[in-house]
Amino acid sequence: MTADRIPILRMGRSLLVTIQVDMHDQLAMTLQNDLAEAIGKHNARGVLLDISGLEIVDSFIGRMLANTAAMSRVLDAETVVVGMQPAVAITLVELGLSLPGVHMALDIERGLALLQRPVEILA
Amino acid sequence: MTAVVPNIAQAPMAKPRSEFRRLLIERRSEVLSAWVKEQLREGRSESLPADELRAQGDEFIGLIAEPEETDSILDHGSEGWAPARAFLADLSRSRAQQGFSPSETASFVLAFKRPLFAMMRAALADDAVQLGEEIWRATELLDQLGLLTMEEYQRGREEVIRRQQEEMLELSTPVVTLWDGVLALPMIGTLDSARTQIVMETLLQRIVETGAGIAIIDITGVPTVDTMTAQHLLKTVTATRLMGAECIISGIRPQIAQTIVHLGVDLGDVTTKATLADAFRVALARSGRMVTTVPASGTQRRDS
Repeated sequence: MTADRIPILRMGRSLLVTIQVDMHDQLAMTLQNDLAEAIGKHNARGVLLDISGLEIVDSFIGRMLANTAAMSRVLDAETVVVGMQPAVAITLVELGLSLPGVHMALDIERGLALLQRPVEILA
Repeated sequence: MTAVVPNIAQAPMAKPRSEFRRLLIERRSEVLSAWVKEQLREGRSESLPADELRAQGDEFIGLIAEPEETDSILDHGSEGWAPARAFLADLSRSRAQQGFSPSETASFVLAFKRPLFAMMRAALADDAVQLGEEIWRATELLDQLGLLTMEEYQRGREEVIRRQQEEMLELSTPVVTLWDGVLALPMIGTLDSARTQIVMETLLQRIVETGAGIAIIDITGVPTVDTMTAQHLLKTVTATRLMGAECIISGIRPQIAQTIVHLGVDLGDVTTKATLADAFRVALARSGRMVTTVPASGTQRRDS
């Protein structure tokens, strides 16, 4: 279980998380814990969550995304979710999860551009 | 009264073959001519030539005179009636597709009554009781045939409607590129769940393919907006936002704006514009572009 982890990479004052596997609940919980610790440790200002590899979501994963964003905001870091698949977007809408307060971007490039702004102001 | 009717209805059970059918086979051509004349006289079938009516009628008489009468024609399990049912089904459907009205289609069977009864009256003139009984049997059969015709006619029309719906669904979801990174989705026709689903999928797929940051949904061609439609629109907008693109709704006519307000639909922070042109201007502005007029003397081309 400990080997089953999603890596969190640091880029300047942003954290980059790339989800390339289908999430199961335990993995999501571990990621959430790791991310909270990493934000504190690196004093990060932004979190980039790349979910382009995620093809199946359920309400738990949807809520996990919303919670992660809320948690990051408490720790003073903006969250940008990038690369959501159409099927995932439709599922989340049907589940009634519109993820308010989470920034969205089409790809990593635009996501980073979105994160640069607050980082520059704050730095 | 109620005690008499079952007796008459049950009478055919006792005799395997009714008199009117025997007469029908005997005087087939005579009845057929009168029937064709009747249909032409009523003027409802003028678009069909007499010889075609005659051929159809001849086949029909053959089919209804043949089967045993123990089964009802409306009972779909009865094998004796299967050819007659199939014949009527073909006839009704082809007429439905040719644009005949329901009464025109039903008159094929109903116009048969007068010549048939006239023939029976002539043949059974001296036995009033038998005449009454036979007329009742014939009426019962013809009424059932009439009902069957209507059922099949309805089915034929429903097929036409279903096919048109499918065709409309295929035609109605074009996603066009207005500019680099700006998509437009002109919607025409009523928005229901099935269509919205297809529209949403097409739009999101195109956003992924083109990497467009802004999508404009134009609802100029949507005749009415109710709470359901508004909810579908909001879902599409939310899904687009989740993908990381922005969505603008345009083409909201004044009546629709009133309806939306009266229904208490909250469009929230969705950008809405009256016309597609306004929405396009906003889209260009958000992507850091603008359209300017080129001085008439200049030879340079306007570029993005």
